[in-house]
Amino acid sequence: MKIMVAIKRVVDYAVKIRIKSDKTGVETTNVKMSMNPFCEIALEEALRMKESGVASEVIAVSMGPTQCVDTLRTGLAMGADRAIHVDAPSTLYPLTVAKLLKALVQVEKPGLLILGKQAIDDDCNQTGQMVAGLLNWPQGTFASKVVVDKEKKAATVDREVDGGLETLCLDLPAVITTDLRLNQPRYATLPNIMKAKSKPIKKMSLAELNVDLRSDLEVVQVTAPPVRKAGVILSSVDELVDKLKNEAHVI
Amino acid sequence: MENHKAAAAAVAYRLLNQTKHKSNKILHQRRLIPNSTQLNPSSSTSGFTQASVPLNQFVASYRWDLRKSSLIHTHHRKFGSVASTIVERNPNFSTINHDDLIYFDKILGAKKVIQDPEELQTANTDWMHKYKGSSKLMLQPENTTELSQILDYCNSRRLAVVPQGGNTGLVGGSVPVFDEIIINTRRMNSVISFDQVSGVLVCEAGCILENLISFLDKKGFIMPLDLGAKGSCQIGGNISTNAGGLRLVRYGSLHGTVLGLEVVLANGSVIDMLGTLRKDNTGYDLKHLFIGSEGSLGIITKVSILTPPKLSSVNIAFLACEDYISCQKLLFQAKRRLGEILSAFEFLDSQAMNLVLHHLDGVRNPLPSSIYNFYVLIETTGSNESNDKATLEAFLLHAMENGLVSDGALAQDFSQASSFWHIREGIPEALQKAGAVYKYDLSLPVEKMYDLVEEMRTRLGAAANVVGYGHLGDGNLHLNVSARQYDDAILAQIEPFVYEWTSQHRGSISAEHGLGLMKAEKIYYSKSSETVQLMASVKKLLDPNGILNPYKVIPSSLVS
Repeated sequence: MKIMVAIKRVVDYAVKIRIKSDKTGVETTNVKMSMNPFCEIALEEALRMKESGVASEVIAVSMGPTQCVDTLRTGLAMGADRAIHVDAPSTLYPLTVAKLLKALVQVEKPGLLILGKQAIDDDCNQTGQMVAGLLNWPQGTFASKVVVDKEKKAATVDREVDGGLETLCLDLPAVITTDLRLNQPRYATLPNIMKAKSKPIKKMSLAELNVDLRSDLEVVQVTAPPVRKAGVILSSVDELVDKLKNEAHVI
Repeated sequence: MENHKAAAAAVAYRLLNQTKHKSNKILHQRRLIPNSTQLNPSSSTSGFTQASVPLNQFVASYRWDLRKSSLIHTHHRKFGSVASTIVERNPNFSTINHDDLIYFDKILGAKKVIQDPEELQTANTDWMHKYKGSSKLMLQPENTTELSQILDYCNSRRLAVVPQGGNTGLVGGSVPVFDEIIINTRRMNSVISFDQVSGVLVCEAGCILENLISFLDKKGFIMPLDLGAKGSCQIGGNISTNAGGLRLVRYGSLHGTVLGLEVVLANGSVIDMLGTLRKDNTGYDLKHLFIGSEGSLGIITKVSILTPPKLSSVNIAFLACEDYISCQKLLFQAKRRLGEILSAFEFLDSQAMNLVLHHLDGVRNPLPSSIYNFYVLIETTGSNESNDKATLEAFLLHAMENGLVSDGALAQDFSQASSFWHIREGIPEALQKAGAVYKYDLSLPVEKMYDLVEEMRTRLGAAANVVGYGHLGDGNLHLNVSARQYDDAILAQIEPFVYEWTSQHRGSISAEHGLGLMKAEKIYYSKSSETVQLMASVKKLLDPNGILNPYKVIPSSLVS
């Protein structure tokens, strides 16, 4: 069984986000970009399945500008067998990505598509659900544990829901999106980085996959949240009561 | 617990109840730390509480005690520093009286004159709980004028003072030995100016390093030094101890990056050397005297420091080496092949790695397939993300093909990078958790450095865990001996052997920690007697009454 893992290149988790001065989006020039942490978890899960003999091949896919190749290279260094880069502009919305993934699934025919539950840049949390809908595949989202039964062609997925765990059994092929506690991704070691250099990254165009970029969404403006005002230290309870009454008008 | 309390109260009361201790050989002696069980943080925090003691009683007992006992027997043998050195309180120093307090209140205002026992408790104790003074007064001047008035007054009254910043030192330099007045610089914490073009930062001495780092980060610059204690340590303290840290291999020592200082001398005179020029050959460059003199010549109040631009591309590799010779060859290669982008070259041995893995939460081995003898952390900092990464990768692959590196991992994002750093920076914390630790900070020729660790291992056998790590790029070894508890037999195996060995190999017994109280008497292992004599003359010239950070840096016999 092949596993396909979707990987997104995002502004590094540890970078402090700055808004572009023209408010059209987030500043990404000269900013450290890394693999979306949830995608790392998705890839780690696929690699573990391969190591346990459940899967035969792990394919990492990413869509966006040329630099996505760096992120795919990281995926290959972690252990993916090969990669596909779909050349596209940097701003893609979940529905477009879902359509692209559907097209890729039709080319590669994996038994399992694993994605991070969301990307830390736009926090959409939509792509996995949408692609499952488009493919008409069962979906197990926010997975905190995944067990694949090769014989029965089924996956058991634990989901963290309010107040407990929900366990689903999905017939394969299926879509799984990964939550934070599913696993701890491995580091890219030197021998694997070396091996990754010779692993193939196939480049595909939007036209080849027959997906157009039309979007029903338009970003009007991106702004930073208001800066929190500094607090004040008061010297007495009376002063506090006075402030609450006359400044905050809450009592 | 009862015993701890009694022992702690005894410290607070200047050990009025000596009889409770078994070893009471010298009358009027005081142990700075009564017993090693107090090193356990949980017992020490509760044990030192003095809240139940009425203040007047507290002060009364303190005065009584000062009259009675003029000797302190510093039981450093418990803590791996000096074997039972007797330091005597300098009788020339006065003790604080009511008029002094009134004067300080008048010039500073009551808020900056601290007599609260709990606050003093913290200020009197170093962060390792190894050294403990008994000062009853902490002053927190807000500016140079106030500090100058304080010193002028203290000098005329012969009141000894100890300058204190973040109190993160490792050699007992920032806490009082006896009743010295603590002068804490924490209120002097504003940035005065920053020049975007030259990168020169001018700020007050009490600025916390991490705050400066984040201030500069917004401007696109970094501090030329970075160290584990950045969250607490102050720039004034960093400079007065000439702190080294993790980036020295790239940006050099503070003697190079500090462009100017404002310093207050013992008599209160303010010496303005606060230049911002990179080149200034007019006479003697006296600021260097105050860099690394550990507050014994003057108190730094303002600082001008050259900060390098923050470069966007930082890459970190965590590598495994089979033997020490490979680490050296790797350093040799790294200096050539990574040249301008190399910003840190750190090493740790398998013992250090094991300690970190066992004692720190959430740390995992980046190379779990096996345990290697040595680990090296290489950081590169440059301006071109893809080029730098390619250069580092090519270097590492080359090193791997040549067998210098057995395995390695390259951080793919910031969180991986910080988890690699966490291993290296977490070693002191892991050692602290492992039990008793004897710490040595040595400069040695790189090729000889690890021999000492191995010899020490042979000497100590199963008695202790000998750990070696440090700044390989600077030839700076942190030799740490970790034992279940402090033990004279272990210390006797370590000292003076470690100092003699270092001296024989023309190393320094203090690479970056300073001498403080711990090694003041050991200075001759690294400096000739003529040099030390000249130091004492300088000290006498600048601080004739010896009130600044007494008993530290140079042997007290030379200055009192």
